[in-house]
Amino acid sequence: MTKAPNAEFEADCIRRILAGEHQLFHELIRPCERAIYFLLLSILHNEADAEDAAQETAIKVFRNLQLFRGESQFKTWVLSIARNEGLGRLRKSDRLREDSLEALTDESSGDFTPAVLTSWREIPAEALEKKELAGLLREAIEGLPDIYRNAVMLRDIEEMDVNETAAALGITEGSVKVRLHRARALLQRKLAHKLKSFAPKRGLFGRGR
Amino acid sequence: MRIDCEHVWEHISAYIDGDVDAALRADINKHLETCEICSAVLDSTRNVVVLVADGRVFELPAGFSDRLHKRLEPVLQSSET
Repeated sequence: MTKAPNAEFEADCIRRILAGEHQLFHELIRPCERAIYFLLLSILHNEADAEDAAQETAIKVFRNLQLFRGESQFKTWVLSIARNEGLGRLRKSDRLREDSLEALTDESSGDFTPAVLTSWREIPAEALEKKELAGLLREAIEGLPDIYRNAVMLRDIEEMDVNETAAALGITEGSVKVRLHRARALLQRKLAHKLKSFAPKRGLFGRGR
Repeated sequence: MRIDCEHVWEHISAYIDGDVDAALRADINKHLETCEICSAVLDSTRNVVVLVADGRVFELPAGFSDRLHKRLEPVLQSSET
């Protein structure tokens, strides 16, 4: 699922930046911008804070570039810096609550039963032209417990693979899978009934089952 | 092996990602053939996963990239050797 990272381009860029071609850093960081921002938005819950933290992250990546060892993908390394930046800000502002990031564990019990339906008519991506649908989806994701939201942000929204998501979040691959499963179950339960009204009228895109 | 609905729900996410072994996949498929509830749960979950991945759901704020690179510029220049 992960877009093939251009490791060669990255390695070459990094070498040249470290040798003094600093302007190349703009190109190196560009493919990571989206993931940096949405991971930080997921941690900080606030657009302005996420944007500021994203800028700080990019500056830290530049200043610490010589520390990148190439053991992980560049993007993974960048996201772990973003995550530290986000958590550092939460700690400073005392918003790292009990129910927040690390407190909720994979062993926590909870009800992850899906919404029980007897039929489903597929909602095509075109339905997203309606702002209301995108809004419902965003709201549902924003309402997830932090650890589940971070997993879904990187896996399903940024389409990173399990291994890279685990490395960026500093958790095991098993944890990524558990959290993603729970996140998807919670989203399905929250959204299934609300989304039904966005299904196209039968006969257009409808398919029988 | 005959598996029940809860067993299917437990593995839905892995099933969607193609991350279940062949035997379990076959058991789930067999269950889905006759269980309209699990079929609908699977279809709706998969539909939600596809929809949230659409770039229109989470968009970067307008001008985000420009502001980021503008803030980087003096940092890149000041450390120029």
